[in-house]
Amino acid sequence: MSSQKLNLLGWTCPVPLQNYPTIVMGHGAGGKMMADLIQHLFAAAFDNDLLAQMGDATALDLPPGQAAFTTDSFVVSPLFFPGGDIGELAVNGTVNDLAMRAARPLVLSAGFILEEGLPMETLGRIAASMAAACKKVGVKIATGDTKVVQKGHGDGVYINTSGIGVIPKGVSVTPDRGRPGDALLVSGSIGDHGIAIMSVREGLTFQTEIQSDTAPLNGLVDAMLDVTKDIHCLRDATRGGLAAVLNELALASKVGIEFDEKKVPIRAEVNAACEMLGLDPFYVANEGKLVAIVPPEHAEAILAAMRAHPQGRDAALIGELVAEHPGLVTSRTSIGGKRVVDLPAGELLPRIC
Amino acid sequence: MKYVEEYRDADLTGKLLSDLRRAVSRPWTLMEVCGGQTHSIIKSGLDEMLPHEITLIHGPGCPVCVTPLELVDKAIALAMRPEVIFTSYGDMLRVPGSERDLFAVRAAGGDVRIVYSPLDALKIAKDNPNKTVVFFAIGFETTAPANAMAVVQAKAQKIQNFAVLVSHVTVPAAIRALMESPDVRVDGFLAAGHVCTVMGYWEYEPLAIQYRIPIVVTGFEPVDLLHGILMCVQELEAGRQEVRNAYARSVTRDGNKPAQSVIQRVFEICDRAWRGIGIIPQSGYRLRPEFAFYDAEQRFPEVRSIETKESPLCISGLVLQGIKKPVECTAFGKECTPERPLGATMVSSEGACAAYYRYGRLAAKGKS
Repeated sequence: MSSQKLNLLGWTCPVPLQNYPTIVMGHGAGGKMMADLIQHLFAAAFDNDLLAQMGDATALDLPPGQAAFTTDSFVVSPLFFPGGDIGELAVNGTVNDLAMRAARPLVLSAGFILEEGLPMETLGRIAASMAAACKKVGVKIATGDTKVVQKGHGDGVYINTSGIGVIPKGVSVTPDRGRPGDALLVSGSIGDHGIAIMSVREGLTFQTEIQSDTAPLNGLVDAMLDVTKDIHCLRDATRGGLAAVLNELALASKVGIEFDEKKVPIRAEVNAACEMLGLDPFYVANEGKLVAIVPPEHAEAILAAMRAHPQGRDAALIGELVAEHPGLVTSRTSIGGKRVVDLPAGELLPRIC
Repeated sequence: MKYVEEYRDADLTGKLLSDLRRAVSRPWTLMEVCGGQTHSIIKSGLDEMLPHEITLIHGPGCPVCVTPLELVDKAIALAMRPEVIFTSYGDMLRVPGSERDLFAVRAAGGDVRIVYSPLDALKIAKDNPNKTVVFFAIGFETTAPANAMAVVQAKAQKIQNFAVLVSHVTVPAAIRALMESPDVRVDGFLAAGHVCTVMGYWEYEPLAIQYRIPIVVTGFEPVDLLHGILMCVQELEAGRQEVRNAYARSVTRDGNKPAQSVIQRVFEICDRAWRGIGIIPQSGYRLRPEFAFYDAEQRFPEVRSIETKESPLCISGLVLQGIKKPVECTAFGKECTPERPLGATMVSSEGACAAYYRYGRLAAKGKS
């Protein structure tokens, strides 16, 4: 027996959070275990004045202007991949959705669906990664939620984030504002994220240096808006890749879109992986690339501003909007032919032949 | 990318196109046999750039498209069994059976996995001794050696929880069937470079002589395809009907002998149904009796009784032979769309009907 004097003020629970190496059902039961998880893991990582309110809802003081509101869910497997992880993705994805309306991101919510058995250390790394991504952007996680599902009912962790931002006065960026003659810009090399994920998926492992491009795009959008407030459309080219986004924009703006395949920046490694897997890089997902439709007279200046920004170093002018074939996207191929670049049918599938 | 970009070069393409324009004096109809070639033609826009005298017909060489509905239904029945892990090349998952596709089976709880190689399926079998792993062994002679090798390895390693659902087809039999058809309008064939890499091209020499038709072994990149088309047109313009090799960087006359020998060891020739076309005699491979243990239809006899009729509306067999155009089909764009295809040519994105469906939209909107 120790002869040390008892210190009751410094006493903590003899079964602290750290003693559970994995998530158990109790962490979602609304009791002390859940409170511990929130306090020691989430609140510690996301530490900010809004979250500290710890109410059922968080009161916000928004700056003047039109607010933008968006939500996105993240279910990526594996949770950690070359160049990023699900936490960073969950912050950047929602920040980018706000940025595509030219909204300055202010606050996020974070909802976690945890699978029983998820290592606590893994969750800690994800929370730390989210905190770092928030810091980089300058957003706060203002509210959150945690649920636990039984082993086998989830994929480790699913995260939903919603975000609120404020749109600067005089700016109106919407998918239906494209006009014939507008210039089509892309902010950098495409396909990196999708190929990085595929390279580590079970059954498809191949060696590559390709990293996910996950990144916040709000800074890049700010730099573009510094050139002119008259940007017509912005979309981040996530699922379905460049092809899906261009088709959506063509339909929303009721215009045709024509681009030159040779002008689209694609890394040699991404091209090689696509050749090997039988995929078309125009359909592969990105997590840090945007497509911009801008008035032709501002195209060069906007392009220069993009290239001066770290997220737009490889930005390129790839095509234009046309009055012909509204709703349809066509491309000029490497040999000078022309093809329809249609919406992807569904899941990207490797071709046998 | 080295060894690829060179074959997508705009200058070289332009030079070959002007050679082709000089070589051609009257209309010719050529068929590219392989789905991979069709894919490349559509993807590069090459079909729009050819001299107007040349018509390309997309042949029956997409293994996914020609796999008969009945086999797809059998695959789905196997995949739905709780004790089965069903493995397949990726693009087969999208092919609709009578009622559903393999994606729907996966959504309903079936264990359906995409693999790149049948040897990966064999590894899954080793890792899951309490399940039976079935691999959907489809394809032309190109995929046959690897599929055969998986069976050989399973036997050598005494892996008993592995079986294959075989639906292999062969190119020469398809060419013969096309040439025997009285209405066929093909003047020359572009033979499939990958198939010939395995099999060589000696098999095509009797066909060229018997049917008095040039057959040019052709690769897959735009420059390869143009090279093959040019050679074929030169044959036709000169009144010659030879087998020529425009893909010599990969193909020899004899082909890959070890690959051929593993095919022969495991498979034997059989009659085979082609989706939308019907049964073509001596056009497929099945497992030899000594490998019957690995035949999924033997292992699960209840799937053998599955019989499915193709849609009576579908004329994809005639489309594949160049006898009818997709728009001449009464079901085109109505009962039959890329989302709910009735036949082979609407199943794959580069099938003739699917291509018409998409390009029709472009043409209808006033610009080609």
